[in-house]
Amino acid sequence: MSAGPMSAGAVQLLAWGGDAVSLVSSSDGSTNRADIGLAGLAASGILVAIAVAISLWRRLGLERSLLWASLRALVQLMIVGFALKLVVDPGDSLWWSALWLAVMLGFAAWTTKRRAPEVPAVLPLSLLAYTAAGLVTLGVLFGFGVYELEGRTIVPLAGMVVGNSLAATVLVSRQLMTVASEQRGVIEGRLALGLSAADAFQPHLRSALRTALVPQIETTKAVGIVMLPGAMVGLILAGADPADAVKVQVSVMYLVLGSVATTTAVMSLGISRELFTPAQQLRRFETTSTDS
Amino acid sequence: MPGTVGPMAAAPAFELRGVVAGPVDRPILRDVTLDLPAAGVTAVAGPSGAGKSTLLRLLNRLDDPVAGEIRWQGRPLSSWPPTELRRQVGMVFQRPPLFPGTVRDNLRVACPDVDADRCARVLDEVQLPPAKLDESASTLSGGEAQRMCLARALLTDPAVVLADEPTASLDGVARRSIEELARGLAESGVAVIWVTHDTDQLRRIADHVLALVDGRVACFGHLPDLDHHDDPQVRRIVGAP
Repeated sequence: MSAGPMSAGAVQLLAWGGDAVSLVSSSDGSTNRADIGLAGLAASGILVAIAVAISLWRRLGLERSLLWASLRALVQLMIVGFALKLVVDPGDSLWWSALWLAVMLGFAAWTTKRRAPEVPAVLPLSLLAYTAAGLVTLGVLFGFGVYELEGRTIVPLAGMVVGNSLAATVLVSRQLMTVASEQRGVIEGRLALGLSAADAFQPHLRSALRTALVPQIETTKAVGIVMLPGAMVGLILAGADPADAVKVQVSVMYLVLGSVATTTAVMSLGISRELFTPAQQLRRFETTSTDS
Repeated sequence: MPGTVGPMAAAPAFELRGVVAGPVDRPILRDVTLDLPAAGVTAVAGPSGAGKSTLLRLLNRLDDPVAGEIRWQGRPLSSWPPTELRRQVGMVFQRPPLFPGTVRDNLRVACPDVDADRCARVLDEVQLPPAKLDESASTLSGGEAQRMCLARALLTDPAVVLADEPTASLDGVARRSIEELARGLAESGVAVIWVTHDTDQLRRIADHVLALVDGRVACFGHLPDLDHHDDPQVRRIVGAP
């Protein structure tokens, strides 16, 4: 692989959410080793049959769920793959990619709202957080020419940003709301001493951010030892040089780390502002009596 | 001011005018107008749900009234920067909120630059030995934790200390010790506003008594005067002999 930006002819990296599928063709476009064909796809379905057989054998009652999840994943990915073809062809306008991104960000924000409905202003805050993470991380990767700015790189990389940040964003949001409720006495104890709202909430903010980031750090540390990540596996299966696959994977891993850090930081700062009034009072989000 | 309830002639610490607090549809405090004195111990008494804790939270501005006005040292509460107001109006809670770390770490939350001498002095003031400074706050007994919280509040040099049933979860010895501290503070010029359910305690510590019933002022005055109040409920609240 060349030392310059990874181009469309060398690497086609398609990703959605936290999973990645990689397609590699040689630079002259003669071979596409990633094409496993319909027969190959059907054969891999044997693995689902094995899971179903285990469920039947141990009476887990998960046969329908396993079949439904497998079928649903196949259909969803086929739809996404088909839709991506409309966006990632080199001749396509970048506006299609921008539209795709807008839908993806909106859907992520809506999902966050659905999973953490108790968070104040969750929709605009999460939209801001995902957008900020996208701008920061993709700005670095495209700004330094790590990848060429085109549909086939923008959309999958943004998918990695949003997909991997979503769980951490929901986690940090819910944790901050739990802390604001369960640690109300401690927070108001600090406020009553004359601390500002930001200072009074700082220890809890720090703790929530650590909780959200530590799993990501652990995952990053474990890469290569206890697991091989999806993008790298996909590239190697598709015939890429493992050294090249490692470089792509490392850049994707750093992208995920940076996006989780940015999203959770923006989200938690936004929530901590929403939790307090301008008079530095901790708002109440439940109908409870204040008197004893 | 005509219609104002208040037992003292000197300038009040807090002036409340038509204060309503709590949910708009079912307020906890209703049209409270009174002047709270800037000296001595004022006991706030009354049945559960009368609005005693709500009143204290308003004075520290942890909550705002939905109607009416509160003044502190002649200025509307809302015109004070909340952080400055709260350093002048200290608050001690029923359940002492302990921050992580040692007693020294807890004191530093109130005053980050506090030195060892000041720490020792303030611990002495609340009758805690200096050796406690480097103990984990979580290992303190209930009474010690409450005294540490009082020390923390005193580090900001407040003019008033609000105490929301600070001895409710303490045994008799610890309770008496905190009461003596409150009396000592009042004698040193720090006004104390103390919420209590305990009529014996009220009679031990109070210079003035504010009785709240259903969110309204049932009476406010010097304790000996209230012993002969017309309303039997007030006499019951103040534990009249």
